[in-house]
Amino acid sequence: MIANASRTPEGGYIGAPMPRREDARLLTGRGTFVDDLPMPGVAHAAMVRSPHAHARIRRIDAAATRALPGVLAVVTAADIADIDKPWPARMPSPVPGTRLRHGARHTLPRDTVRHAGEVVAAVVAESRALAEDACELIQVEYEPLPAVASAAAALAPGAPLVYEELGDNVAVHIVQRVGNPERAFATAAHTLRETFRVMRGGSHSMEGRGVVARYDEALDGFTVWDATQAPHAVRTMLAYLFDLPEHRVRVIAPPDVGGGLGPKASVYPEEALVCWLARHLRRPVKWIEDRHEHFVSAAQEREQVHEIEIAFDGEGRLLALRDVFTHDIGMYGALVAPVITACTVPGPYRIPNIYSEVRAAYTTLQPSGAVRGAGRPQGVLVMERMMDRLAEALDLDPAEVRARNLIPADAFPYEVGMWFRDGARLTYDSGNYPELLRRALERADYAGARREQARLRAQGRHRGIGVAICVEGVGLGPFEGAILRLDGRGRVVVTSGAPPQGQGYQTAFAQIAADAVGVRFEDVDVVTGDTGAIPYGIGSFASRVTANAGPAILQAGGALREKILAIGAHLLEAAPADLEIVDGALGVRGLPDRRVPLAQVARLANGGVAFGMIMPAGLQVGLEASAYFTPSQAGYSASAHVCILDVDAETGEVTIVRYVVGHDCGNVINPLLVEGQILGGVAHGLSNALYEEAIFDEQGQSLASSFLDYPLPSAREMPRVEMFHLTTPSPLNPLGVKGAGEAGTLPVTAAVAGAVEDALRPFGVRVNRMPLNPARISDLIHAATGSS
Amino acid sequence: MSERRTITLTVNGQPRDATVETRLTLVDLLREELRLTGTHVGCEHGVCGACTVLVDGEAVRGCLLLAVQADGRHVETVEGLAPDPAHLNALQTELVRHHGVQCGFCTGGILMSLTAMLRDTPRPSEAGIRETLAGHLCRCTGYQGMVDAVLALVAAR
Amino acid sequence: MKPPPFRYVDPTTVEEALALLARHGADARVLAGGQSLMPLLNFRLARPAHVIDVNRLDALGAIAPAADGGLRLGALARQRALERSALVRERCPLLAQALPLVGHPQIRARGTLGGSLAHADPAAELPAAMVALEARLTLRRAGGERTVAAGDFFVGLLTTALAPDELLTEIQLPSWPARTGSGVREVAKRHGDFALGGVAATLTLDGQGRVARARIVGFGVGPVPVRMVEAERALAGGAPTPAALAEAGRLASAAVDPPDDIHASAAYRRRLAGVLATRALTDALASATGRAA
Repeated sequence: MIANASRTPEGGYIGAPMPRREDARLLTGRGTFVDDLPMPGVAHAAMVRSPHAHARIRRIDAAATRALPGVLAVVTAADIADIDKPWPARMPSPVPGTRLRHGARHTLPRDTVRHAGEVVAAVVAESRALAEDACELIQVEYEPLPAVASAAAALAPGAPLVYEELGDNVAVHIVQRVGNPERAFATAAHTLRETFRVMRGGSHSMEGRGVVARYDEALDGFTVWDATQAPHAVRTMLAYLFDLPEHRVRVIAPPDVGGGLGPKASVYPEEALVCWLARHLRRPVKWIEDRHEHFVSAAQEREQVHEIEIAFDGEGRLLALRDVFTHDIGMYGALVAPVITACTVPGPYRIPNIYSEVRAAYTTLQPSGAVRGAGRPQGVLVMERMMDRLAEALDLDPAEVRARNLIPADAFPYEVGMWFRDGARLTYDSGNYPELLRRALERADYAGARREQARLRAQGRHRGIGVAICVEGVGLGPFEGAILRLDGRGRVVVTSGAPPQGQGYQTAFAQIAADAVGVRFEDVDVVTGDTGAIPYGIGSFASRVTANAGPAILQAGGALREKILAIGAHLLEAAPADLEIVDGALGVRGLPDRRVPLAQVARLANGGVAFGMIMPAGLQVGLEASAYFTPSQAGYSASAHVCILDVDAETGEVTIVRYVVGHDCGNVINPLLVEGQILGGVAHGLSNALYEEAIFDEQGQSLASSFLDYPLPSAREMPRVEMFHLTTPSPLNPLGVKGAGEAGTLPVTAAVAGAVEDALRPFGVRVNRMPLNPARISDLIHAATGSS
Repeated sequence: MSERRTITLTVNGQPRDATVETRLTLVDLLREELRLTGTHVGCEHGVCGACTVLVDGEAVRGCLLLAVQADGRHVETVEGLAPDPAHLNALQTELVRHHGVQCGFCTGGILMSLTAMLRDTPRPSEAGIRETLAGHLCRCTGYQGMVDAVLALVAAR
Repeated sequence: MKPPPFRYVDPTTVEEALALLARHGADARVLAGGQSLMPLLNFRLARPAHVIDVNRLDALGAIAPAADGGLRLGALARQRALERSALVRERCPLLAQALPLVGHPQIRARGTLGGSLAHADPAAELPAAMVALEARLTLRRAGGERTVAAGDFFVGLLTTALAPDELLTEIQLPSWPARTGSGVREVAKRHGDFALGGVAATLTLDGQGRVARARIVGFGVGPVPVRMVEAERALAGGAPTPAALAEAGRLASAAVDPPDDIHASAAYRRRLAGVLATRALTDALASATGRAA
């Protein structure tokens, strides 16, 4: 798709593929990422990190650092006792009757480290290099404890405890039940059971984490520039730790953040440390995460192990689903991914009986959070693998089996019967899954692809076709807000809390605001991510921003327009209904000489000088309107992917021949941006399918902690992705939008796993573990054929 | 404290002097001393490509060169490609049209690699474009917009 | 990830460089292309007291014809320059085939032939290519020099025959025999990454189309490049039929004792060595006879 700066045929900006305003500065090296911001006098922090996954800290000796010129401060837990409050649990469990159990966590550990890479001390110096020199001089005496390096290890009887006070390593245990799964399994004609292991990994946004803090002594407050997805959450945590009112802690996500993908939505010790150090030194302090730190301390999603079982009839119709899985939540984590996984498994299928059970386990590994997809890819993978196995069991086509089970288009809103991660009942708002699948198959020429596969198989070539269709919970609340103003320049300024990390909010929000207020796109400015500019916000994650901030902007924009027209009615002595806004001016329709530039309207209304010191009765001055939008529940986007690939059975190498994506995210504000999000998501999904893998040994040490050992696909690995859209508007908000930030990722591992297994069907290969790489594929072939 | 040296290099056509620690990398020189922050640091082991700049016309990793090694050399960074954001060059313009930029962190390095490639090979094939881009990681875009941008640029020539 | 402090020297003559190595060798690292050393410094995995930057030694960058029809390559020749060199393409097809597999263009812009050899990563392409070519390496020290066969240069994991006071200055490649073809095949997780396994091979045919000589070297399948001697012997004197090449592959497989690591099992690497040997030999045969494979 090519950008086009014209309004749509309907005359608006919503729906137009507007080129991005962000691009010009990014393409000319004028981006403002946190490490790019001019910060005179800034000092540089580096962290001393535990080499052990689990250990007692016996002693920390920093004496040698005092001899190093340029070192400004060294702190351990004892030094920051004044902010030594326990960190609250990340999130309550959204499922009634269940609770996330959490152990004590502090900004710096006092006596026990719980992951390799955990910060035990911080150093500030005149340069980062010097700070790192100083870190090496700090002697920490550890008494290693047994590591717990997987959920399986954590849940085994007699496992070492990550948090002694909990008595075991279970972070949460959630069971959900729909219908009568036990009876359904007992009476079904067919059942199938499998075990799947799914590993995800880290974010590896190209920019890592980073934070700069300035302490204002006169105000006793902080200004914190933070490459975060959730500035208000950071503000709340800092206000809590430092005992400050929220208005004295200002957290700003810079206008440019180099990707988030989930882990930047967590709050980390480094953020609090940098503030403490800035206050201690009375100088701005900066900490920029390097890639190695990102590997060992930024949040990740790691392994889930699913034992999944389905019951079905002779026609391949699902009767019941049982999914029991474990999730590695690390030493601290948000209760996000595992609940989402559980709710994603049923997917687009009608399943009258469901049993879902998850145990999330604490391990002595780095905190887990959400990484693009946030537990959904795992859910999609296991369900779609079972649909493939079902098809095989009954000798049916895998696409046909899916079609037979899809929730029909007239069944919405559709209640699945479970609790979703937002605490509401899992109810799909709108969708047309049969049409989405049908069109994906048509676009991929599925029938032709099967014929081609047969032809190639006869020649001894291994062509595989994988199909995956999924539903994605998006747009969850509780809210986002927007404040719109008409300022003295005649420009509409949109302020919203959720910050971008590349999604293009400066463009998309301006499109919505321009339509809502009725001004030109180029007359709108967008400000995001500043807790000082808008008091409340949740953050950019979970594909939620367009569906929350979008309606808020629409609502506030409409209200602002009414205020503008009301002022204008007085100024132009006309009825509001006779007024129009055209080309930056307010005028009376049909009377071209009765016009007032918006700038003048604003100055008169905001400064109050139009009418002397007494304003006319009933006039609303101050051209500002704000709105917070709360959706009643999450919305549900859907995707269908078809993956056609070849496997070199001798080397295990995979070549993707064709990749088709069908996507429904409801109405679309800017189709160019949505397409970009999907493409990026597919790349991430392919990386999870074929490349990256976070590998830890039994001592909890990361074995893949540089890009040399942790491959991410480049343009040479990426196939050309073909895409089409379906639109089933969401009834949950006036824009009818859903969410698209993660969609591309969700079904990819399933489609690729299905295609590889399909390609290697002649060998009887079973794909139960992701990612797939050449060695693993080759080993699978040889295990299946019994040769060596 | 490691030792220091004074170096003179040309950056985007301008002579620049700096006195630096010998262990300072070229990308840190550009960012910290010369305040040219359009080139970014992504991995410091030569894989992600965000630090890519041109040295004597060749696209190289700024994180794997010491600043002192750039003494006497001609360095080009993303800031030198266009006079200002209102006057983008043809490659930059196509990247806008084809949505080849999302977060922008990898963009500076990619622009420099593509610039060097296009000087060398004015009409690259899609495979050739992907080969040059293979030296860069992007976690946002899936690269397709970048490839299409260069193909469009070539088609327009 | 910033380097630890070090004393930095950039000699302008080879003699100066050798004198520095004589004095500091044990506690110094030579900085050539930097594509291997700089990551080690940035990660603080290497902590030399001295960094001797040899990039000013222009004399070591030459790509020159040798009188016997081969090549004399300065250790400091950039991989990209070698890749672009018509002389290399003409006189050493194997090297021309191996170079595009090394990293990415941005790495090859600075990376040097000598640097890759001295670093001796077991999964690197250039060391294996030099062994297959039976290259000779000149090692100089203050007050002397010696020549070592490539096959003797790689002695262990990331370890070469270079003494702490020695500098690799030149690589001599013999002339390319008539009726010789070559191939390099590898599998890596991503294009440009170090190989999970690879094979560099040359095949020289006699006037009757039989194999006069084969050189088959595996990389990524052991701590050093592995010369697959049994496979070479089995091919010599025989017709290069598909069955013969497949048998060579089986022997190649048997010749390796590869590592097990997070990227691949030993069993995979062993199988891969065989598959890639056969494929590389097939490529070599095609280019020797001038027919497409």
